[in-house]
Amino acid sequence: MKQLISSPYSHGDSSLQQVMMQVVLALIPAFGIHFWLFGWGIITNAILAIIFCLGFEAIIMWLRKRPISNTLFDGSALVTALLLAITIPPLSSWWLILIGSLVAIVFAKQLYGGLGFNPFNPAMVGFVVLLISFPKQMTQWVTPISLGEHISLSGSLQVVFGGGLDALSSATPLDALKTGVGMGQSIESVMATSPIFGQLSGIGWEWVNLAILTGGLWMLWRKTIRWQVPVAMLCSLAAIATLFYLIDPSRYADPLFHIFSGGALLGAFFIATDPVSGATSPRGRIVFGIGVGLLTYIIRNWGGYPDGVAFSILLMNMAAPMIDYYTQPKAFGQKGQRD
Amino acid sequence: MSMLNRKLWKYHGGLHLEDHKSFSNGHESTTLPLPNRLTIPMQQHIGEAAHPIVKVGDRVLKGEMIAEATGRVSAPIHAPTSGTITEIAPLPMPHPSGLDVLSIVLESDGEEQWCALSPTDNYRHATTEELRDKIREAGIVGLGGAGFPSYIKLDPGQHFAIETLILNGAECEPYITCDDRLMRERPHAILDGARIMRHALHANRCIIAIEDNKREAFDVLNSMQSQSGQNDIELVLVPTLYPSGGERQLIKVLTGKEVPSQGRTLDIGIICHNVATAATVADAVIDGIPLISRMVTVTGESISAPQNIRAPIGAPIAELLEFAGRNSGADTQLIMGGPMMGISITDDSLPVIKTSNCLLLQPKLLPKPESPCIRCGECDRVCPAELLPQQLFWHSRAKELEKVQDYNLFDCIECGCCSFVCPSNIPLVHYYRFAKTEVWAQEREKEASNIARKRHEFRLERQEKAEQEKQERMRKKKAALKDKENGKDDAAKKAAIQAAMDRAKAKREANQAQGETNVAEPTPATPDAESESKSES
Repeated sequence: MKQLISSPYSHGDSSLQQVMMQVVLALIPAFGIHFWLFGWGIITNAILAIIFCLGFEAIIMWLRKRPISNTLFDGSALVTALLLAITIPPLSSWWLILIGSLVAIVFAKQLYGGLGFNPFNPAMVGFVVLLISFPKQMTQWVTPISLGEHISLSGSLQVVFGGGLDALSSATPLDALKTGVGMGQSIESVMATSPIFGQLSGIGWEWVNLAILTGGLWMLWRKTIRWQVPVAMLCSLAAIATLFYLIDPSRYADPLFHIFSGGALLGAFFIATDPVSGATSPRGRIVFGIGVGLLTYIIRNWGGYPDGVAFSILLMNMAAPMIDYYTQPKAFGQKGQRD
Repeated sequence: MSMLNRKLWKYHGGLHLEDHKSFSNGHESTTLPLPNRLTIPMQQHIGEAAHPIVKVGDRVLKGEMIAEATGRVSAPIHAPTSGTITEIAPLPMPHPSGLDVLSIVLESDGEEQWCALSPTDNYRHATTEELRDKIREAGIVGLGGAGFPSYIKLDPGQHFAIETLILNGAECEPYITCDDRLMRERPHAILDGARIMRHALHANRCIIAIEDNKREAFDVLNSMQSQSGQNDIELVLVPTLYPSGGERQLIKVLTGKEVPSQGRTLDIGIICHNVATAATVADAVIDGIPLISRMVTVTGESISAPQNIRAPIGAPIAELLEFAGRNSGADTQLIMGGPMMGISITDDSLPVIKTSNCLLLQPKLLPKPESPCIRCGECDRVCPAELLPQQLFWHSRAKELEKVQDYNLFDCIECGCCSFVCPSNIPLVHYYRFAKTEVWAQEREKEASNIARKRHEFRLERQEKAEQEKQERMRKKKAALKDKENGKDDAAKKAAIQAAMDRAKAKREANQAQGETNVAEPTPATPDAESESKSES
C-alpha cells in the first residue's frame, strides 16, 4: 500500500478542486446578472463551452494515456470554459465556441503539458484566436434587454445553431467610443448621442462588471487570489487613465469608465490572477499587474482593437518568467547581505 | 523576571496548526519498566560516530562510558543501566536513511548499579573549560531533535562574545509535550541548567521562551524562579505559531534579529539550547549523571493512554508503545518526532535514541492524489524562510541544481509548511531533500573528480618534467660530446697549422743556414704542437 514516505505527515484541507470551485462560485453573480440583463445567450455559451472544453480535455488525456477523471474534475477546464463563455459574445454560434474551446484546451493548455505547464492563459488564447480570426462574429454583442426585445430560450437556440443575430446586436461601449473619437467626435458627444452608455460605462455592462467586482472581492476575502495583481492592474490603469483624462477629457475617457468597461475587471480578478501563466513572486505579481494595466490602456487608445485586456495579459504572460527571475525575494537572513 | 508585555517580533509565514497537545500533557510523566535488552547505536548525534570502548562479555555499570567521542563534533555514549554487553554489530536504528549503524547491545541485569559519579560542588567556581568538558564527557547532545553535541555550543571561541542565551521551550510541533511536562515537573533542573550554561558562556542575558499554549509550564517556572529569589532569567511567552521553535524563527521573535543565511547564531551573539538539554546539563554538572535516558511523548490517535515516558536510551520503541497501550484495529503509521518534521518508522523494534522526543502512532494516512503545481503561491505565503517553494519545486523536479541554489535551497529548514498548505498535495519537502542530496552528491563527485583531475594533471606534469629533464640531460651530454670533438679538431688543426708554420719557419731558417753553413738539421716541431693541443683540451 502506498504511504507517506517523508514529512510532513499531515496536510491542510485545501485542494486544487476547492480552489477552482471557488473561482467558479465567484463567477456566478456575473453570469446571473448577465442572464438577467442580456438573456439566454450567456447560458448557451456556458453550456456549450463546458461541453466542448471538458470533451477536449478528456480526449487529450485519453490520447496521452493519463488518468482522465482526476484531471477532468480538477475544475481547471471548467474555469477555462466559463471564462471563455463570458468573453465570447452571447448567442454566438456553436462552432465559434467549439473553435475557441479547441484552441484553449488543446493548443494553449494540453499541448504544453496540461495544467501547470501552459505559459499562456488558455481562455485568453482561445478568445484572442477567435477575435483575430472571426472579427465579425466576435464583435456582435447582444443588446441589453432594456434596449431591445427579449429572445426566448427556443429563439436563442435557433440563433446558436442556425445563425443570424444582426438585428439584435450593437457595439460595445468601448467600441462605440473608439469609433466616435476616431471620427473626431468628443467623448461627451459620443456618450450623449448613443443609448448604450450608462452611469459608469455601458448600460447593462456596468452591472455585469459590478458583479465581477463582487466575485473578485469575495475571492480576495477567501484568499483564493492574492491582492497584488488586481490592485496593481487596476491602479495602474486608473493612474494612466487619470493622467490622460486630465490632459484632454474630450479625447480620453475617465478612469471609472475604463475600469468598468470591457474586460478590465474580469481580467484583473479572474484572468491576470491565473497563477499558472502569471508571475509568482509577490513583487513579480505587482510588476505583472502594472504591465497588464498599462498595456490595456495603450491598446485601448492607440491600438487596433477597442479592448486590450486579453492582449495585455498574453503579453505579460510572456514576460512572467523574466519578471520572476528579477523579483526573487531575499530569503530569511539575507536582508543585510548583498546579492 | 517575567515580562509579559515585552516587545516581540514576527517572522514571515508560519502556520496555526491544531496542536493536539492535550492528548498527553495532562498526565504526570511515567517511567518505563527497565527493558531486558537495550540497543545503543553509536550515531545518535550529528557528527562522527562514537567508538565502542567495551567488548562483548564486559559487565558495565549504569552511567559508565561505553563508547568514546571521535573528534570534535562527536559525543560519547554511556550505559543506561548495569548489565552485560552481548553484541557489538551494525544494527538498524531510527534514521531516515534506514542504514544499519554500529550498535552496542546491553543485556540488563536489573540491578541498576551505578558507576562512581563525580558531582560538582559549586559550578559557579568552575571555569568554562571545566564545565564544557563535563558536558562533553556526559555525552549531551541537543534533545530538541537535531542532536548537535551541546558542548560545542558552549564553546564559541574567543572571537565571539555571547550576549544572549536562549532556552527553547517553544515546542511548536503538534502532539509533542515532553518539554512541556519537563518544564512543569523539573523546573529547578531547567533553571539550574540555564544558569550553568549562562555561566559557561558569560552571556549577559538568558531567556526561556515558551509558546503561549503552555501557560502552565510558564507559571511553574515563573513561581519557581520567584520562590528562589533570583530574577536572572527572563521567561517569555511567545505566540503559538508553527515553526516558532525553529532556532532562527525563535531568535527573530525574541530579538528581531535574523541569523545570517548560511551563518550561525553566534554570528549575532546568540546561543540557543533546548530546555530539556538544559535539564540534562544540570544533571551532568551538579550530579555527574550522563545522558542515559530521556522523556519521550508517546501519543497519537492509536495510543490508548497518551503520556510522557522517561525511557533509557536504547529501549525498544515497541515497549514504550505497549506501555502506553496501542489501540487495536486500524492499520497504523508510526512517526518518530512530530507530524511536521518527524521520520517514519516501519519497525517498532528499533531503539529510542537521544533525539527521540516523540513517538506518534496514528491510523495510516493515505496520501491524497498529487496534482500539478499551479504556482498559486500558498507555499510562499507560509514559508518562514521567505523562499519561493513553487520555484524550488519547479527546478528540483527538473534537477536544475544551480537554479535551486539560486533560489536558496539551502535556506530551507524543511519545516513542511509549504507541503501542508499545497492544494495540489505535492510532497514539496521531499523534493527539496532530494535536491539537497543531489547537490551534495554532485559536490562530492566534483570534489572527487577534481582530486582525480589534479592527480592526473600532476602526473602528466611530472612525466613531462621528467621527460624534459631527460631530454635536457641528453642534449647537454650530446653538446658536451660534440664540444669535446670540436675542441679536439680545432686544437689539432691549430696544432697542424702551427706545426706547418713551424716547419716552414724551420725550413726557411735551415735554408738560410744552409746558405751559410749547409749542415744544420731541421728542428722537430711536433712535440711542441702536441703539448699545446693537450693543454687546450
